[in-house]
Amino acid sequence: MSYTLDFSAVIERLPELLLAALATIGLALAGMSLATVIGVLGVVARRSRFKLLRGLVIGFVEVIRNTPFLVQIFFIFFALPQLGVRLNPTVTAIIALALNGGAYAIEIIRGGVDAIPKGQIEAGLALGLHRGQIFRHVILKPALRTVYPSLTSQFVMLTLTTSVCTSIAAYELTSVAQKIEADTFRSFEVYFSITLLYLVISSLMMGVFALISRISFNYPVK
Amino acid sequence: MASIGPNELFFLAQGLKWTLALTLIGFVGGGIFGLIVALARTAESAALRRVTTGYIAVFQGTPLLMQLFVVYYGVALIGLNIDAWLAVAIAFTLHASAFLGEIWRGGIQAVPKGQTEAAKALGLHYVSTMKDVVLPQAFKISLPATIGFLVQLIKGTSLAAIVGFVELSRAGQIVSNQTFRPLTVFAIVGLAYFLICWPLSLWGARTERRLQTATR
Repeated sequence: MSYTLDFSAVIERLPELLLAALATIGLALAGMSLATVIGVLGVVARRSRFKLLRGLVIGFVEVIRNTPFLVQIFFIFFALPQLGVRLNPTVTAIIALALNGGAYAIEIIRGGVDAIPKGQIEAGLALGLHRGQIFRHVILKPALRTVYPSLTSQFVMLTLTTSVCTSIAAYELTSVAQKIEADTFRSFEVYFSITLLYLVISSLMMGVFALISRISFNYPVK
Repeated sequence: MASIGPNELFFLAQGLKWTLALTLIGFVGGGIFGLIVALARTAESAALRRVTTGYIAVFQGTPLLMQLFVVYYGVALIGLNIDAWLAVAIAFTLHASAFLGEIWRGGIQAVPKGQTEAAKALGLHYVSTMKDVVLPQAFKISLPATIGFLVQLIKGTSLAAIVGFVELSRAGQIVSNQTFRPLTVFAIVGLAYFLICWPLSLWGARTERRLQTATR
């Protein structure tokens, strides 16, 4: 059997793929932003005085981190309608990405917050800052700086995870590729090409994250 | 609405068996190749280091789902007529080898340089230096991350469902379609994953804490 690679199908439909790649980036950015919000709120809730709230956050983090993303997205998309909550694929995808990324973000940011020396918080109190100010300037900002590398590499992984959203037919790169594959039967060529596209997307993201880090964390630590 | 009886649960258990089998193959195969990757990544030859760095970057920079697709259709392309599950197993092995290779690379480089120098001074050759001096320490350092990746791999095998392979997630999807009870079915499937992954995660966290107190 001899098979000749033929990328013409991919080239012909490149505009479609590039548009879908933008959708993938959009999904990823939406997921990341919401995940960061969930991460910060989750850390605040984990430090709360209420035991129940702390327990809920811990439970949420453990459940999300120990079950596959695919099952989570299936649960939201197929099981929630049974409870009367019906969401379209894109909304489902964003919620699933936000919850999944959020659970990891809580764990990562908590690590940074725990690493803040107690003396720093006491210094804040001594300077007369109130609780909100201390959390924002003395705890959160340095903590985010510390965890920035792990948080952003988690976000790059979240970007790659968006490909799983094809399982509920959300509009993104993998689902469009599957459609093109079904039309052209050029399976290998299509998947090989979009694998390269994903590589470009994740490299771009790492580059942008490094740039942001250089711009916003350029103040001296000591 | 059909109910979920012993037949459905048995079908899910069959799927679970494949999830565990895929994980085992991926972890053992990935462990063997991962060790080679880690050794090449820390080798003296710059060419070897560059090749393995690229290998790791490609696997860490692309979705696991795409790796599955490319290997799945790629092996058919090069004329290998193999079972679907074997193609999937190859993909997981390659994926795991890149990630474990990177984790163990970190472990090897975290072993103090004096250890290698002392081994050299004692006249040990490369194999003995690695096998008896560096790797045992490197594995200890990388144990938490290795366990973390194992959990990642167990969850990752669910993506074989999208390629059409009937493991736990795909079995859940099938049962859900037959019984129209997605809530119950996906709760059971999620619980099964959780009961496997959670103890491992706790173990990983414990070894990490122990390592931290040991090095402090």
